[in-house]
Amino acid sequence: MASLKDMRVRIASTKATQKITKAMQMVAASKLRRAQTAAEAARPYADKMGAVIGNIASAAAGSPGAPALLAGTGKDQVHLLLVCTGERGLCGAFNSAIVRLAREHALSLLGQGKEVKFFCVGRKGYEQLRRLFERQIVEHIDLRAVRQLGFVNAEDIAKKVLARFDAGEFDVCTLFYSQFKSVIAQIPTAQQVIPLVVETPAGNGGAATAYEYEPEEDEILTRLLPRNLAVQVFRALLENNASFYGAQMSAMDNATRNAGEMIRKQTLVYNRTRQAMITKELIEIISGAEAV
Amino acid sequence: MATFHFDLVSPEKLAFSGEVDQVDIPGLEGDFGVLAGHAPVVAAVRPGILTITAGGAHQKMVVLGGLAEVSDNRLTVLADVATSIQEVDRAQFSETIAEMEENLKEKEGSELDHEIERLDHFKSIEHILNATAMH
Repeated sequence: MASLKDMRVRIASTKATQKITKAMQMVAASKLRRAQTAAEAARPYADKMGAVIGNIASAAAGSPGAPALLAGTGKDQVHLLLVCTGERGLCGAFNSAIVRLAREHALSLLGQGKEVKFFCVGRKGYEQLRRLFERQIVEHIDLRAVRQLGFVNAEDIAKKVLARFDAGEFDVCTLFYSQFKSVIAQIPTAQQVIPLVVETPAGNGGAATAYEYEPEEDEILTRLLPRNLAVQVFRALLENNASFYGAQMSAMDNATRNAGEMIRKQTLVYNRTRQAMITKELIEIISGAEAV
Repeated sequence: MATFHFDLVSPEKLAFSGEVDQVDIPGLEGDFGVLAGHAPVVAAVRPGILTITAGGAHQKMVVLGGLAEVSDNRLTVLADVATSIQEVDRAQFSETIAEMEENLKEKEGSELDHEIERLDHFKSIEHILNATAMH
């Protein structure tokens, strides 16, 4: 049986761990607030962009000259999965949830005889996917050095994806990220970005406003579509970032609570053992005195 | 004077939102002003200075390309970058221009034309920036 000193050491070490998890929780909470504001600040742009593209695209989609980013390449043989995950662990099932969704998607595509390629953003997803799809990972971007996510980061990623698309390396691109609902709910999401799935503008009865275009419609569209990809990636990164801190916060909250529970149990055992020793010593003294 | 709603959004933030009298936009095919009741239009925006007039006061913003949309008596400008003219870091701006000039050497064909055009836009912004700095 462990001696009293060993027990004291154990309790102290659990307490130290609890302090760390508690600190991490608070750091995550404050970072979450910032990430959440950033994600919310980016929303109007992404929404407006979606609305404008929806308006133009619904008019242009039928025409034969529609750009490939909108109309697709006419095939869906090769799929590129753009998987965005976090850079760090200690955040519950956050990274695994995204990876699981991507993996299931990939396996079902493979089952249909399609070809799958991976583009990993974030270290954790890369490490997990590498075990299964080592050879399918075509590119991997690490954002660990980035302190504040900027639009340039998203633009970089979008540029790389577009270069591969222009080179005809894939037909369909799907973006995987975790949507931020609340601190306790992050929903892993798959979103097809190439070819673009146009949401019909809701609310105005289908008849879109007749716009004048300056310059021509298709020229605007060719400018807008690559940009839209960057915007979508940016939004995914921001949502991911907020989700990450949310997940980390609740994971650390759990850990702190578990540590508290553990400390309580260990202290109970420690006190009981100590009491037992005192009682034993008393009995020894008393029985010794009685024997005299 | 009739007003209309104007939103200036960049990917990173909502740079301006409110009721305005007039907005002058640097369009790709020439500057144009938007007043209340403007016809629905979608226009590409070139890098330049955007002027907002609200209640007799002018506010100048530097936008680096984007898209303007007018519909239902509201104007939305989706700008790649939108900074108010007071907040622009002039030193950094000239640095960007120097960098672009440097990169120009590696470009060719239509890409070169495109870059030169963009550089011209940037230079004209810088010119205006320096002009306002002297006042």
